[in-house]
Amino acid sequence: MEAILETKYALDTFYFLMSGALVMWMAAGFAMLEAGLVRSKNTAEILTKNIALFAIACVMYMLVGYGIMYPGDGAVSKWWPGLHGILGSSDNEVAAVVAGGDDAPYYSNLSDFFFQVVFVATAMSIVSGAVAERMKLWSFLIFAVVMTGFIYPMQGYWKWGGGFLDQLGFNDFAGSGVVHLCGAAAALAGVLILGARKGKYGPNGEVHPIPGANLPLATLGTFILWLGWFGFNGGSELKISDVGEANAVALVFVNTNMAAAGGVVAAALVARALFGKTDLTMTLNGALAGLVAITAEPLAPTPLVATLVGAAGGVLVVFSILFLDKLRIDDPVGAISVHGVVGMWGLIAVAFTNEEATLSAQLTGLFTILVWTFVTSFIVWMVIKVIMGIRVSEEEEFEGVDLAECGLEAYPEFTGTKGSGI
Amino acid sequence: MKLVTAIIKPFKLDDVREALSEIGVQGITVTEVKGFGRQKGHTELYRGAEYVVDFLPKVKLEVAVNDDLVEQVLEAIAKAANTGKIGDGKIFVFSLEQAVRIRTGETGPDAL
Repeated sequence: MEAILETKYALDTFYFLMSGALVMWMAAGFAMLEAGLVRSKNTAEILTKNIALFAIACVMYMLVGYGIMYPGDGAVSKWWPGLHGILGSSDNEVAAVVAGGDDAPYYSNLSDFFFQVVFVATAMSIVSGAVAERMKLWSFLIFAVVMTGFIYPMQGYWKWGGGFLDQLGFNDFAGSGVVHLCGAAAALAGVLILGARKGKYGPNGEVHPIPGANLPLATLGTFILWLGWFGFNGGSELKISDVGEANAVALVFVNTNMAAAGGVVAAALVARALFGKTDLTMTLNGALAGLVAITAEPLAPTPLVATLVGAAGGVLVVFSILFLDKLRIDDPVGAISVHGVVGMWGLIAVAFTNEEATLSAQLTGLFTILVWTFVTSFIVWMVIKVIMGIRVSEEEEFEGVDLAECGLEAYPEFTGTKGSGI
Repeated sequence: MKLVTAIIKPFKLDDVREALSEIGVQGITVTEVKGFGRQKGHTELYRGAEYVVDFLPKVKLEVAVNDDLVEQVLEAIAKAANTGKIGDGKIFVFSLEQAVRIRTGETGPDAL
């Protein structure tokens, strides 16, 4: 019996770690998606942002974020978790594991940290695409410190850490709200303060498209995110080591995949119907919309229902992107629509797919996450703006933030014969 | 000597090259260019919003030939590049004062 418990512990820990590694790879997906949808003169900077924000998220979550989000028995109240110091290296004793029973740990504590830390980075990655091509690099990175160390962990505690939203019966399986809506709300606050890219909107409300430089990269990024999502949702089942759990994980994988497929088909059809052409970038956003939509509840629906939930997300995302452009909210990659608007749909959809969920609890969670993240982010962005500025100069924006912020180009071409390889 | 410059539709380049080879042209220089004429631009679509592309991609080719070959070259290009539709391009002829083959130092018609 002890050997079986130890083996199950090892298996669940291994599954957790591999799921976390898949989610970590989503950082590459965001980096490629965003690099593909900006102009080539802003490529190196957005790549710098993506790898730097990942690192900052890891450091801040280790220092304070994890303690805030998962205080365990040390929580001060269901509203305020308290501060709980830096992550240590201690883990479960063998005796505690083999004791069995409902309270026995069934995976390593540090595997839990690893799985959670990559989610913080995902939330932060959402912000970087929306503010692309015009924000100062270091203003963004300072925001990342506050977001990953405090703003995200607080609302994460309210749901996953056992706080008041959890006690209320709010359902969010893998984070349509806690991760995606949270990231999008922070992005929206940033974009409102930052303003649109120069030239995006005409004086009479015209929209001037700024086409992305590399659609193969954007497509690769979308496929990477799709792959990573199996870890994101599949890992959130937290366990795989018995028949019931293994079946549950398989259903989560299938539903996650089906929702993405539904999102692609729906977005492609809507784009074709609205524009007369099948816009690739909208189709890619459709895949991500399907994934975000199913993230709040990938376990309860049948595969057919999951496809429909994703398809609704795919329809929603196209209209949302067009609507935000009407409002002159400039989001180069569609992050606010994909993760915010569809994230909200995902939370609401749970009320229809999961019998145990209630619409009122879902809406309470939705508005709590939205208001908390938007208001705190807005304040932080404003403080950063006052202290150090938030936007590059008009000339720097014209020349590209690669040169202004990184001092290099992503694709240097005319460098002369020295060093160019000619 | 004359320098014949032609602006043609990119997909006609291979046909034009073959036609010129057949009449004995020894070499051409090709550049990818953009411009507009009566064909004007066209509209493209990105994320639901239209934008006008004012300059269309064309291929510019330059052929330096002896005076006696000029008419044949014009005829060959005009025939090979013709689709009958708007945007087929134009041919310009310039007089060419001098030519030098860098390898041997030959000048004039011998260098062509």
